[in-house]
Amino acid sequence: MTETPLIGSYQGAPADSRLAGARIGVVTFPGTLDDRDAIRAVRVSGATAVELWHGDTSLDGVDAVIIPGGFSYGDYLRAGAISRFAPLMTEIVKAANSDARLPVLGICNGFQILTEAHLLPGSMIKNDHLKFLCRDQVLRVENNTSAWTNAYQPGAEITVPLKNQDGQYIADEKTLDALEAEGRVAFRYVGANPNGSRRNIAGIANAAGNVVGLMPHPEHAVEAGYGPGHTGTDGRGFFTSVLNTLLGGK
Amino acid sequence: MPRIVVDVMLKPEILDPQGKAIVGALPRLGFTAFSGVRQGKRFELTVDGEVTDEILAQAREAAETMLSNPVIEDVVNVEVVADRA
Repeated sequence: MTETPLIGSYQGAPADSRLAGARIGVVTFPGTLDDRDAIRAVRVSGATAVELWHGDTSLDGVDAVIIPGGFSYGDYLRAGAISRFAPLMTEIVKAANSDARLPVLGICNGFQILTEAHLLPGSMIKNDHLKFLCRDQVLRVENNTSAWTNAYQPGAEITVPLKNQDGQYIADEKTLDALEAEGRVAFRYVGANPNGSRRNIAGIANAAGNVVGLMPHPEHAVEAGYGPGHTGTDGRGFFTSVLNTLLGGK
Repeated sequence: MPRIVVDVMLKPEILDPQGKAIVGALPRLGFTAFSGVRQGKRFELTVDGEVTDEILAQAREAAETMLSNPVIEDVVNVEVVADRA
């Protein structure tokens, strides 16, 4: 398809056939909002973005999958509750749990879908202050060994947009203790807790480290001029991380 | 048509921010007798014809797998309600 230049030309990685050989799927559900931004972030990183539709039954041979944010099915029933039964989700769950350990990243509504699909533990309920919150959020990288975080230094602080209403991460104490003990808390909110999430958790990984979910939006912070503070590109690390993973750089 | 009613509530140990907002607003209308509110969901599944044991079992399974999330919610009631007169 022809790319319509909405906000200007790419300022990303130079053309590199090795990077372009990495095919990263971005799933669209009815009500998904951030698929275009996720696709752009993939392309900015130099990889090839592949559009996937929730009703498909094939992953089209992609090397990794991003489930972007939005309000799939209008958040009806529970955020992510209906999307998780989409035909493509069956394939994603299978591939994520297979020996190949397909890297899967869930952002915001994508994170909610991954918890509903039981790829990640816990769940999200309404923010404790009950309001939709949209702001630039500082996160601390707690785990830099996963498929989506290995390009960050441990303990690094990054700023990316946070925008949601059902962002309060909850799980029982046993699950939270296990996540901490196994180093599976990937990101924590720095400063005041924006939504009441247990233990300031902003994002988590599965045991194998190939599946990561978080509420904030790294795909909105990949191009200078458009990210937090109008210069922030802290979100790029997610996409370079998965390229490291796929190309064997780390 | 008979309906199967499914009631889902947040687990007791999970804070209900919506219920908390409601209990805060009630006294403004003079309703001062209520010290807590918890908000749940009620589903009505319409059945064309008789509700057999198998259909009721299907409703229970749907309640556990889709209508509720066992991480945060409990299915507190599944019952058949007769046709509206």
